[in-house]
Amino acid sequence: MTRISLKVDGASCSDDVEPRMLLVHYLRERLGKTGTVIGCDTSNCGACTVHLDGKSVKSCNVLAVQADGHEVTTIEGLAQDGELHPVQKAFHDCHALQCGFCTPGMIMQSVDLLNENANPSEEEIRLGLEGNLCRCTGYHNIVKAVQAAASEGAGASA
Amino acid sequence: MTVTEDRPARREIGNARKRKEDQRLITGRTKWTDNIQLTGMLHLAMVRSPFAHAKITHIDTSEAKAATNVVTVITGADVAEEQGGLPTAWAITTDQKTPVHPSIAVDRVAFAGEIVAVVVARSAAEARDAAELVDVDYEELPAVLDLKEAATDSALTHPDLGTNKSAFWQFDSANAGTGSAVDEAIAEARESGVVIEREYRQQRLIPAFMEPRSFVADPTGEQLTLWSSTQIPHIVRFFLAVVLGIPESKIRVIAPDVGGGFGGKLQFTPEEIITVLAARRTGKPCKYTETRSESLMSGHHGRDQWQKLTLAAKSDGTVTGLKVDLMADLGAYAGVVGGGVPILGAFMFNAIYKFPAYQFNCTNYYTNKTWVDAYRGAGRPEATFAIERMMTELADELGVDQLEIREKNWIKHEEFPFTSVCGLEYDSGNYEEATAKAKEMFGYDELLAEQRRRRESKDPVQLGIGVSTFTEMCGLAPSRVLGSLNYGAGGWEHAAVRMLPTGKVEVVTGVSPHGQGHETAWSQIIADRLGVPFEDVEVLHGDTQISHKGMDTYGSRSLVVGGEAVVKAADKVIEKARPIAAHLLEASVDDLEFKEGRFGVKGTDKGMGIAEVALASFTAHNLPDGVEPGLDSDATFDPSTFSFPHGTHLCAVEIDTETGGVKMRKYVAVDDVGNIVNPLIVAGQVHGGLVQGIAQALWEEAVYDDAGTLVSASFVDYLVPTAADTISFDTDHTTSPATSNSLGTKGVGEAGAIASTPAVVNAVVDALRPFGVKDVRMPCTPERIWKAIHDRGAGGDEPTENAAMPHFDEADVADRTDGASA
Ligand code: FES
Ligand code: FES
Repeated sequence: MTRISLKVDGASCSDDVEPRMLLVHYLRERLGKTGTVIGCDTSNCGACTVHLDGKSVKSCNVLAVQADGHEVTTIEGLAQDGELHPVQKAFHDCHALQCGFCTPGMIMQSVDLLNENANPSEEEIRLGLEGNLCRCTGYHNIVKAVQAAASEGAGASA
Repeated sequence: MTVTEDRPARREIGNARKRKEDQRLITGRTKWTDNIQLTGMLHLAMVRSPFAHAKITHIDTSEAKAATNVVTVITGADVAEEQGGLPTAWAITTDQKTPVHPSIAVDRVAFAGEIVAVVVARSAAEARDAAELVDVDYEELPAVLDLKEAATDSALTHPDLGTNKSAFWQFDSANAGTGSAVDEAIAEARESGVVIEREYRQQRLIPAFMEPRSFVADPTGEQLTLWSSTQIPHIVRFFLAVVLGIPESKIRVIAPDVGGGFGGKLQFTPEEIITVLAARRTGKPCKYTETRSESLMSGHHGRDQWQKLTLAAKSDGTVTGLKVDLMADLGAYAGVVGGGVPILGAFMFNAIYKFPAYQFNCTNYYTNKTWVDAYRGAGRPEATFAIERMMTELADELGVDQLEIREKNWIKHEEFPFTSVCGLEYDSGNYEEATAKAKEMFGYDELLAEQRRRRESKDPVQLGIGVSTFTEMCGLAPSRVLGSLNYGAGGWEHAAVRMLPTGKVEVVTGVSPHGQGHETAWSQIIADRLGVPFEDVEVLHGDTQISHKGMDTYGSRSLVVGGEAVVKAADKVIEKARPIAAHLLEASVDDLEFKEGRFGVKGTDKGMGIAEVALASFTAHNLPDGVEPGLDSDATFDPSTFSFPHGTHLCAVEIDTETGGVKMRKYVAVDDVGNIVNPLIVAGQVHGGLVQGIAQALWEEAVYDDAGTLVSASFVDYLVPTAADTISFDTDHTTSPATSNSLGTKGVGEAGAIASTPAVVNAVVDALRPFGVKDVRMPCTPERIWKAIHDRGAGGDEPTENAAMPHFDEADVADRTDGASA
């Protein structure tokens, strides 16, 4: 067991974890942050995407101990003061989700994408989301949502 | 005080309402089954067979049992008496051969991935660790891994059955009295007309819903509760009762938020039974969540057919007959729909065309591979693919335009209602209008001109134009028809409307959404029907204690059948409210009219809102004599016929003839799904369906190696398309309302997936026509396309191995990225 201390969605936490525990399991099982989900076992689907110190990572690809001393933001910590993040709002407005299973990861990745490039082309959006699979939407409306969020200045604000 | 009086008249149906269900999904407050944690909960891990076909000679569980925090290990032998066998709901013939399907294999495994033992431990990680310690000895048996070989019975999937053949099923229009004899039509065409003969392969696909399946069984309390990531909580409850001999009334099944299904969660699974068995044995809540590789390996697959087709036509292109011979692979076992899946396509090969003669033959076989069952479209994509490819081949043979040959043969809009050669009455449609609209959006003539230029200049990048003028049958299903097909249940749907004293309305529905947006659409229907605010409607579903009866969600049935039940229940509420309103308004029932949520006395300004009547009925202080308190109502709707959405899809692809690379240039879909309740949701359904259908055409295939191991058992190898692989679509609609339900809806869940596959393959083949190519087998990978161009005639025949390309190989990503730039 290793002691880790980190900030998750603004709250400080400290736990003893097995060195092999993945960050996604730590978030889900120890902190109850079940908004972040697991869709695969090969780091392909992106459903588990969270931010580590503001940059998107696949939390199934990070050990909990690697997050020691860092700051994690999950989908549950994205809205601020009861206000949805512009990307969350855009996903709702553009019907960019159906079953919603990919959505937390997709939103976290989109936020990161817009932080990197506030004004992406359609092709840049598609490439930027390549590591996140969605089986429901055909991506059409997800691309639209990222475009809509970009035009709302989501990239600049976050 | 009423909420109804001052509300402006507003029609909700047809509004692009943003979805109610989104709020929890975009903020991470979703209730997936795997999120459930109960006190004392134990976790399961499965030990699965690595062999496709083998005898289990010995299982040693002692080491696993001794491992840290392991509670027990269960083998097939331990539960042989209580586990029963997994049922199929649809034996397509009374003499269908159906192997016994134990949840945990007892002495023999019939596919790689079959469960042989179950470890129950205090944590999922400990269960998985201990599963490695279970020692199973196998004696390998000859495995049946190829569908055509299965037909020879040279090896047997289930030696006890004595054959791999499950059943043979035929529809013949001459025998049915719905048309003439197909062999005569073919003979005549051989003499003096045109005969097109082709064999197509429907490769094996994997539904690949994003939420892996998860099950939690809680044995504490009076009822056993099973949470399941299923499309079919009601059917699961029924089967659990039947298979395990538990009274149905002692079982509660809950489908909480479910992350996609596409038919893949239309199943009653070994894992559900096992989780319940483990909970019963340990007396503790038990959870099992599959890994993605387990999901791909053991959740049922889809399609997997060989299709032999013979189309007869006159020399002027008028079709005269169609004969279909299918071989379908059921995998190792017959699932819930199982052998019925190809039969769901039996009446759709004739599609929108006026074939006078038609025959459909289907033989189902077992192989030592993962079981095959419903996948988005189930039977109808296979039919649509075949006929739409054949019509294009007919056009090519006659040297006429693909759309022209279709128009010559399709049902004209003034000919509806039209009884097809299968005896189905198509109630409405307008193929001319949908096609005209699609052509215009597509720029059909301009693209044809560009194609001509590229052909003439021998451009290394050739343009292909693909067409699909599809129809499908939706709204599964009239119970009587299901009965005549030997299906084990009815096809009705149930709904209840509860009027709460605070003016809120609860709608209980028997369908079980998992991404379709029923909470929003049903709210729109009720808002219009009862004249209450959209926001005041709460839709409840997916818990058999709340929604106590239903037939669940699949087959584009939810709105067409379930939506109509909601309408009927709402109408009963109004009829119950009417005498109460009349009493309170001191008017005669006949003088009341109900409009926009309000009972008004004709010719006066007197009236009261339905919420007021609900409150009055709740207090019951002043009701007419003999009238019961309460407005709540139930209704069940059993459709008398199917609905027939249709549409015209046009696809343009560019093919780099030097590399075989495909780049989708444009895709237009004009669908006629009848009246639309929510255009936003409908567009989403179409987009998602399109990509699944396109993926069948271009990328996806479940590939097995010679030993019967699924090679594409992860998202590295099973190519679910990414955002970078796909393009944005142009979609629109025409509207011919269905006449079979009062909303005029036809169903949209499967349309995109059904229509798009042939449109794309027709486009690929069209681009390669100058090279003499007549077919490319799916998925049309660059390798296959290249071979088709450079090795004429090879397009349809190369083996399926090596079909799957690594998904995240860098060179490949670059290649496919090119393909995505529009
Ligand atoms: S669960 Fe992390 S990438 Fe799939
Ligand atoms: S919305 Fe279902 S997987 Fe993306």
